[in-house]
Amino acid sequence: MSLPLTDLVTILPELLIVGMACLILVLDPITPTGKKDFLAWMSLGVLGVCAFITMADFGESTVAFSGLVVMDAYAAFWKMLLYLVSGLTILLSMSYLKVEKIDLAEYFAFVLLALAGMMVMVSGADLLTIYLGIELMSITLYIMAGFKRFEARSIEASAKYFVLGAFSSGILLYGISLLFGVTGSTRLSEIAAVINGPALDDPLMLLALMLIIVGFGFKVAAVPFHMWTPDVYEGAPTSVTAFMAVASKAASFAAFLRVLLEAFGGVKPHWNVLILAVCLITVALGNLVAIVQTNVKRMLAYSSIAHAGYALVGVVVAGWIGVDPDISSRGVSSLMLYLAIYSFMTIGAFAMVAILRNGGLEGENIEDFTGLAKRHKGGAFLMLVFMVSLAGIPPTAGFIGKFYLFMAAVNAGLAWLAIFGLVFAAISAFYYLRIVMVMYMREPSPEQEKNTRLVLSPQISVVLACAVAGVVLLGVFPGPLVSIADLSVLPLK
Amino acid sequence: MNEVVATGGIPWLTLILVLPLLGVVATLLADESLSRPIALGTSFVTLVASLPLWFAFDIGNAGMQFVEKHQWIDSPSIHYALGVDGISMPLVLLTTFLTPLCILVSWTAIETRMKEFLISLLVMETATIGVFVALDFVLFYIFWETMLIPMYLLIGVWGGPNRVYAAIKFFLYTLAGSILLLVAILVLYFEGGRTFDILALTHASYAPSLQALLFWAFFAAFAVKVPMFPFHTWLPDAHVQAPTAGSVILASVLLKLGTYGFLRFSLPMLPDASVTFTPIIMTLSIIAIIYGAYMALAQSDIKKLIAYSSVSHMGFVTLGIFTFNAQGIEGAVLQMINHGITTGALFMCVGIIYERTHSREITDNGGLANAMPKYATFLVIFALSSVGLPGMNSFVGEFLVLVGVFAWDKFTATLAALGIILAAVYILYLVQRIVYGPASPKMLPKLSDLNTREFGMLVPLVVLVFWIGLYPKPLLDVMHASVERVVASQSASVIVQRDGVPPDHHALAMSEGISPRLTPLEFGAEP
Repeated sequence: MSLPLTDLVTILPELLIVGMACLILVLDPITPTGKKDFLAWMSLGVLGVCAFITMADFGESTVAFSGLVVMDAYAAFWKMLLYLVSGLTILLSMSYLKVEKIDLAEYFAFVLLALAGMMVMVSGADLLTIYLGIELMSITLYIMAGFKRFEARSIEASAKYFVLGAFSSGILLYGISLLFGVTGSTRLSEIAAVINGPALDDPLMLLALMLIIVGFGFKVAAVPFHMWTPDVYEGAPTSVTAFMAVASKAASFAAFLRVLLEAFGGVKPHWNVLILAVCLITVALGNLVAIVQTNVKRMLAYSSIAHAGYALVGVVVAGWIGVDPDISSRGVSSLMLYLAIYSFMTIGAFAMVAILRNGGLEGENIEDFTGLAKRHKGGAFLMLVFMVSLAGIPPTAGFIGKFYLFMAAVNAGLAWLAIFGLVFAAISAFYYLRIVMVMYMREPSPEQEKNTRLVLSPQISVVLACAVAGVVLLGVFPGPLVSIADLSVLPLK
Repeated sequence: MNEVVATGGIPWLTLILVLPLLGVVATLLADESLSRPIALGTSFVTLVASLPLWFAFDIGNAGMQFVEKHQWIDSPSIHYALGVDGISMPLVLLTTFLTPLCILVSWTAIETRMKEFLISLLVMETATIGVFVALDFVLFYIFWETMLIPMYLLIGVWGGPNRVYAAIKFFLYTLAGSILLLVAILVLYFEGGRTFDILALTHASYAPSLQALLFWAFFAAFAVKVPMFPFHTWLPDAHVQAPTAGSVILASVLLKLGTYGFLRFSLPMLPDASVTFTPIIMTLSIIAIIYGAYMALAQSDIKKLIAYSSVSHMGFVTLGIFTFNAQGIEGAVLQMINHGITTGALFMCVGIIYERTHSREITDNGGLANAMPKYATFLVIFALSSVGLPGMNSFVGEFLVLVGVFAWDKFTATLAALGIILAAVYILYLVQRIVYGPASPKMLPKLSDLNTREFGMLVPLVVLVFWIGLYPKPLLDVMHASVERVVASQSASVIVQRDGVPPDHHALAMSEGISPRLTPLEFGAEP
């Protein structure tokens, strides 16, 4: 079987990114120490080229490799988001790695490889392709989590992530194999055809469905499959944490939703209540446990769990029965919008944590933010904006995200779910505002005044500027992104 | 669909919203020493820019005026829609009038981070005006929530010793109250014809069972803001801890947002539910009036005393709103303005004395009549205004409310009148102790009388106290048509619920005849 050129053209961005990753691995040893920024800039360049290619093809729907990969508007939306997040991660990492004295350009190769995995996930139209993407992403992230090789916490995070991640991949794979046994295919469209017909109530199919939901539940860090999140987020280098919290979550949601709607769209009653239950406990537990955290990275980890719960509201709406397709697709588009907005505010918040130093260490305790507003007015204000947005208070983008999600829920007749989500959003305001409180309303002790400072660099400034611009502009003019999300959801109908 | 129907081609309302934000930018860029004059100048220019609302207002028009409408978000259709009627226009003016005074009162009282303080104050101004002028429900909600952050900072950064607790309590209470409001807005969108246009939603009709749910959802948000008993517990904390300007904004403007919400949304949109639940609201209002007054009587902290008196006074406002007759509602709107002026002024007076003695305890601040005669004069004027002495502003408002309540139920009116007597007790007792009592020897050296700035900021308030007290007609004229429209929207359901049968055509025609109902289209097109 020969590879037709048209198939390769469809996956050109993936090829470019993998190629660049390999090139960096080759160039890394021969690049003198201290000049490795060059490799990061090259990575950014290739991201720009890929973004251009994806954008040029937006709206076209191409199936390649006889149905293994599909390049549609839905995939394009997620890819654009992933390029942006990866680009910001690279910029954030450039100075963060220097401060943390990690001078390894292979880091950038790993970012690109993980990105390639995520891109395969969002365009996979076959369970095995999606699985390959997940593994490429996950294995790379296991390594990245342990990038602070000399710090026990980082190693522990990596090991923990690896064990639990491998476990969840195993569960997912088991589900895929059972499903293959029932339906005789791993292709989403073919599975759908069999499920709607002969295999409608096959118990094995239900087991497979459950295992697949559990597998993806791990990847998006939904309760009760979230146990790894706080430790891994805390131990991993902050730039990696940001990347995991945003990019891997977005890609996992993209694949999860495609599998649920394309393969299991005919058996919505079999999974929507399960997803609803997961959604409820994720929102509740994520927000409640975040309240008692004293470490900002752990707090943001629980907050990211809670936000995964909110995003699941979109899945619930998309899977709710008895609503017309227009409302279902509203659920999908509001989820896409929400995760795009979530990316901006979360990257911003992690970037702030990454640049706050307490002596030689990272300022990751909430106490380290004490009195920041006195010394770094701008920095404190940015953190205020990110926290307010995460709490979902207008006029920031976080409000717009919740507005569209809960509007979809109300439209599907789930007004009580909207009330539930908003009650916990109000509870979340308590812990987000605690950071605002320590920054603005506490006096720093003399040591804190001396030791804690923000380490700024041009790259970090760009990251923060992008994040805050996203949070504010999407809060005030969400129209364009809403339209794009509406357009991107179409192929799923 | 872009239509701008602005008087003289100038979008006055947008101008009023944008000017404070320009002031924010200017303050941000300016040197610390220039920040106060710049902020004061901006707020003054905003005040001047808001005057055309008063002078060019068409008092015969019950609908929205100075309307601006632009598409903001396409899907779902959300508009940047602004407009004022006779109810919201005076409240906008109250806001633009008080902001410069708030800056003046903070001139020396705020010692740290002046720039940030002024920025918070100006953002508050935009947000509160936005709530009063928004004609799109989403836009309304965005302004409604936006003000939480600057207010949180005002209390939490520049407040008293227990400020952090007070700030978070304020924030969480009001945020929790707003949750159901947002869901109600979304439900209204789907039930009221897929629009967020407040006027269109007002004219849609809803099933009584849905009305009941929506009514309580609105109630949660508005009752916390008013604050109505038993949702008032955040108020004393917030008031006592907030800096003077924060207390003034809180008492004079923020509390009005709740009663404005009842008047703009609950009554016209949910007429049946409003009538059904009137006895509950009336009971809570009476409890607030009497309980607030009793609590005020027991306070030793001047600010806390005034805070509880706010609970009592706001009880009159909710009482008046739910009488559903023109006197009651006009009295309520007037009382909203009056409370803004009088209580704002009283908080300023407390701020002035606190700046000198650094104590808000009644026992520390005695004998001011001798030491600070000018100050004592002002204080007594505002205190008497708060009591409701005839010839002063509050008298007119409370009188109208009582007339309205009397028409609704005589027993309720009697209980409400009790509140006025209690107000006289706690206010006069306060005046007796701090104005005429013996001066504390250790405080005496600190008691210097009003300086020019302080004198200048209290004079406009005194002018308003007497103007409204002696000649309220212009103000009542402004609100009359709009109030009649709210009353008309109620009449039909009042008749149904009183007589148990739908009104005959004659009665309907009469209620319609008071003020013809206008279709949303007509509203939008009004010059």
